[in-house]
Amino acid sequence: MAGKIIINAERCKGCGLCITVCPKGGITISKQSNKSGYFPAQASNTDCTGCATCAIICPDAAIEVYRENNILDKPYKKTAPNLKGKK
Amino acid sequence: MMQKVFTKPEALKDCQTHYCPGCGHGIAHRLIAETIDELGIRGRTIGIAPVGCSVLAYDYLDVDMVEVAHGRAPAVATGMKRTNPDKIIFSYQGDGDLAAIGTSEIIHAAHRGEQITVIFINNAVFGMTGGQMAPTTLLEQVTTTTPLGRDAGKQGYPLQVSELLAILPGAIYIERCALSNPAQVRKAKKAIKHAFELQLNNAQGLSLVELLSPCPTYWRMTPAKAIEWMENEMIKIFPLGRLKG
Ligand SMILES: Cc1ncc(C[n+]2csc(CCOP(=O)(O)OP(=O)(O)O)c2C)c(N)n1
Ligand code: SF4
Ligand code: SF4
Repeated sequence: MAGKIIINAERCKGCGLCITVCPKGGITISKQSNKSGYFPAQASNTDCTGCATCAIICPDAAIEVYRENNILDKPYKKTAPNLKGKK
Repeated sequence: MMQKVFTKPEALKDCQTHYCPGCGHGIAHRLIAETIDELGIRGRTIGIAPVGCSVLAYDYLDVDMVEVAHGRAPAVATGMKRTNPDKIIFSYQGDGDLAAIGTSEIIHAAHRGEQITVIFINNAVFGMTGGQMAPTTLLEQVTTTTPLGRDAGKQGYPLQVSELLAILPGAIYIERCALSNPAQVRKAKKAIKHAFELQLNNAQGLSLVELLSPCPTYWRMTPAKAIEWMENEMIKIFPLGRLKG
């Protein structure tokens, strides 16, 4: 696991767009609803590379992406827009 | 050690929005907020919220914002920019707001070359009022007011506002993007940032970014199908790319 995502279950509305773009098939819909009644997305993170495609398409800014330092290079740099490496 | 490489921008408030699941307004808000953060202009930016589903944009974008009457944002932006030339003024408008009731305001603001930035959300319907036909509705598209599909003979053709505006000398930058997949979203971000940078650099004229944006609810599709429809149908009528500048 070179990367990891954290999905904010209370912001998420379960639209499923992140599921359609994750190249590793690492996101599914939870069986537990959130406080607003939506069934949020959940991440397995097993093969996550931290490519951030899910976060870029998410309409609810519900996904935070983490990545190993040593792979903070191309082609990943291209993928995430604000790659300033916020700590 | 894992490093955080993507998170909610600071100019986007930490609250859930009222938008439907899969609605493009949320992506557009985030891209504007990222731009404001990256350009470091939160303290000097004033946004104008429209009438439409994004009427509450001021509850989500953490910058000074005003709310104006339906379609009148470019007129109000004109006054704001002329009296406060050091401020960065942007309007956020839907296709009902900008391409129907506010057609006159946007055309004349562009015609006068007002130094403002317009983010134009084209979702091919009136979302807020229940999915009625907009000027941008595609032919054969079913809406609550075109239950048999839009018919050119009765309701006219989809209105391509960006193409119309691009012929005006006062419009210095017009680009159409689509909030359809991560690659297109990244392009949209670049376009929005460029439109803000032009104003920041005192370029004389109006900049506008049209964003094709999914409305799964009134297209009556799942969010994933809405993206497909946008890529297969909407982009044919509203081709992507830089129309000016
Ligand atoms: C003067 C005036 N006329 C009509 C309305 C009703 N109205 C509210 S929102 C809207 C259309 C909004 O559509 P659009 O701009 O496409 O935004 P969306 O909701 O699709 O995001 C209309 C006609 C109004 N609020 N004020
Ligand atoms: S794209 Fe965002 S809102 Fe939609 S399911 Fe994924 S995390 Fe939730
Ligand atoms: S009705 Fe359409 S435009 Fe309005 S919030 Fe829902 S999906 Fe978005």
